[in-house]
Amino acid sequence: MTEPTTSGAGRGKVYLDHAASTPMYPEAVAAMTEQLTRPGNPSSLHASGRAARRVVEESRETIARAVNARPGEIVFTSGGTESDNLAVKGIYWARRAVDPRRTRILSTSVEHHAVLDSLQWLEEQGADVELLPVNRCGRLEVDALREAIERDPGSVALVSVMWANNEVGTIQPVAEVVQVAHEHGIPVHTDAVQAVGQVEVDFAASGVDALTLTAHKIGGPLGVGALVVRREVEMVPLLHGGGQEREVRSGTVDAPAIRGFAAAVEISVARQREYAARVAGLRDDLLRRVSAIVPDAVLNGDENCSLTHRLPGNAHIQFPGCEGDSLLMLLDARGIECSTGSACSAGVPQPSHVLLAMGNDDVAARSALRFSLGHTTTSADVDALVEVIGPVFERARAAGVASGFSMADLDAAAKAV
Amino acid sequence: MSGGVDSAVAAARAAEAGHDVTGIHLALSRNPKSYRTGARGCCTIEDANDARRAADVIGIPFYVWDMSERFHEDVVEDFITEYAQGRTPNPCLRCNEKIKFAAVLDRALALGFDAVATGHYAQLRTGDDGLIEMHRAVDMAKDQSYVLGVLTQEQLAHSLFPLGDSRKEDVRVEAERRGLAVAKKPDSHDICFISDGDTGGWLQEKLGERVPATSGEIRDHETGDVLGTHEGAYRYTVGQRKGLRIGTPAPDGKPRYVLDIEPVSGTVTVGPREALTVDQVTGSRPRWCGTVPTEPLHGTVQLRAHGEEHRATVTVDPGQAPDGGDRVEVELHDPAQGIAPGQAVVVYDGTRVVGSATIIGTDRRERRTA
Repeated sequence: MTEPTTSGAGRGKVYLDHAASTPMYPEAVAAMTEQLTRPGNPSSLHASGRAARRVVEESRETIARAVNARPGEIVFTSGGTESDNLAVKGIYWARRAVDPRRTRILSTSVEHHAVLDSLQWLEEQGADVELLPVNRCGRLEVDALREAIERDPGSVALVSVMWANNEVGTIQPVAEVVQVAHEHGIPVHTDAVQAVGQVEVDFAASGVDALTLTAHKIGGPLGVGALVVRREVEMVPLLHGGGQEREVRSGTVDAPAIRGFAAAVEISVARQREYAARVAGLRDDLLRRVSAIVPDAVLNGDENCSLTHRLPGNAHIQFPGCEGDSLLMLLDARGIECSTGSACSAGVPQPSHVLLAMGNDDVAARSALRFSLGHTTTSADVDALVEVIGPVFERARAAGVASGFSMADLDAAAKAV
Repeated sequence: MSGGVDSAVAAARAAEAGHDVTGIHLALSRNPKSYRTGARGCCTIEDANDARRAADVIGIPFYVWDMSERFHEDVVEDFITEYAQGRTPNPCLRCNEKIKFAAVLDRALALGFDAVATGHYAQLRTGDDGLIEMHRAVDMAKDQSYVLGVLTQEQLAHSLFPLGDSRKEDVRVEAERRGLAVAKKPDSHDICFISDGDTGGWLQEKLGERVPATSGEIRDHETGDVLGTHEGAYRYTVGQRKGLRIGTPAPDGKPRYVLDIEPVSGTVTVGPREALTVDQVTGSRPRWCGTVPTEPLHGTVQLRAHGEEHRATVTVDPGQAPDGGDRVEVELHDPAQGIAPGQAVVVYDGTRVVGSATIIGTDRRERRTA
């Protein structure tokens, strides 16, 4: 690059991608590494096995306490994707087995791919999937859900609505969803991967029947998570084997990872209020200063940035005339790490299904960046971004024009914001 | 970085030379599975991963750029349209002209980069007049100056070909030494967006709807007799011998070749090998690497990607092409066979690439005087 890197050089990375994965708490690292040195399969009957089992059960209790669930309601999994698959497929299969008329699954068009792709697969197996629309903020229209249920309540196997959106940070009306679904005895699953530790999540009070959790979004290790699920909810297992975890999730239980997970849940939930206030303040500062430098910038998601509407660490910004990929690359070269928030299985950028569902066109959807703040974020990180965003925006806009945006596209992008 | 050995070593050399290098893999299809499968080409997820791993080893940043729309419009669609009109295009030249050294280069320059470096085998040097000259590669067996013959001075000024002075086997050895896992990966060939190499089958599928009357007659070039019928003129290319499936043998017992394809009627004309010989080639849409030749140029031309050189005299007639642009007349001193309209004629002065044009017609002096 001809331009010198003005920031990031010599002072480490500015990490603004906590929604992708947040650094582990030192306490979680310590808890996990200590357990890594101990032998024993938690299913073994001897002393070492019992000791490992004890760690797993204490961790289960810790997590249950933190999210207000009963220990028996915590099913350990390999993370968010597995928990979503288990909830959606497992509950659907079990409910349909009881009553074959239950072929419908109601969800939203802004779910994570772990839910959407599970639903699509089930659809290929004969399920009737309805993805309900969201408004411009990305929030589910509860009336649409009510209408869909009341059309034929007896045919609905499951409702799955995320607690908070991973891309634009919009909090979904989970309480209302539960109320509507439970009027007809329909179970509700929610993907709360982005919500726990960020906003208050009370499993029992929320009324949901199943809730997805993952460790690495809250300062725990990668590769472990849980499905919090009421005892009375029947599920058909995805994994068959030794019958661990209520016989719905076979496989040797990963005691070290679970111990790190429990430490992270405990810390992030205990510190949630203080954390949310501090990080939301940094986020608001970021939004204010970026829009002062780039007046064209538009906030995606809910403009009401209070904790009842938006995740505290989420700043999802559209930069008209730019491609998000160009912005990301230019920021990365300056040591600032963020996300285009788009699905990227092969590294091939696709316009975000969330932004499209919110009414954006293809060009607008490609012009957005997600900055997600977290527990290690400081005001210096925000300063570093603010320092470079002006020239980066100008340069990315020039590249956007160079790579074939016609003026008509730019006009469309301008109208869409 | 395609995921192959050449672009990986080119990137490593550019980085080692002190440039601030970023690896870019081009996504040429929104659905990577729809194009080439297997690890022979440049369009699969596996290739993207190979390129990513090479960038890791070299220690440079790596990104995937989505060029699928531009590639589809400018290369794939162009390829289909050209074939539908009975011409035989070279999509690699088109990709270099429109994608790698245009869309990618423009975006790179706008983002603050200075040049696009690729693993092509060709050499760049600055001439006495201060212009950038492109020359054939040291390794003539791998020389790719033909597919780069469409690049203009401005494009060449922002290009780097770090492999031009090397032999392919040395590049593989170097890749091994650098710890690049792609060192032994087979070369890609054929057309990258046709997964199984069956160009005829691919075109039949794509052209099925666009060209309703695909069948036509196969006629003898002298008598005009109908020798047979075929199921699509796009299945044939000038100079082709195999797959004609003509029932009756030629009177002289010699094999017959495709001489001409008439896209509107679908008539394919065939004749003996001698009838394929041409010594006059006319081109349009020229692209000059440096200055436009104003005097007849006595040099050589190459007429296909790995074809031989022909001594030739090249003349530019300004404004005389059917499209109103400059016409390029190439008089071959060594006759050529099986030259199809749509192919590129690339003009050389010694090892230096002068420029290129798209072939619109061929002729034979003997035929003219007869």
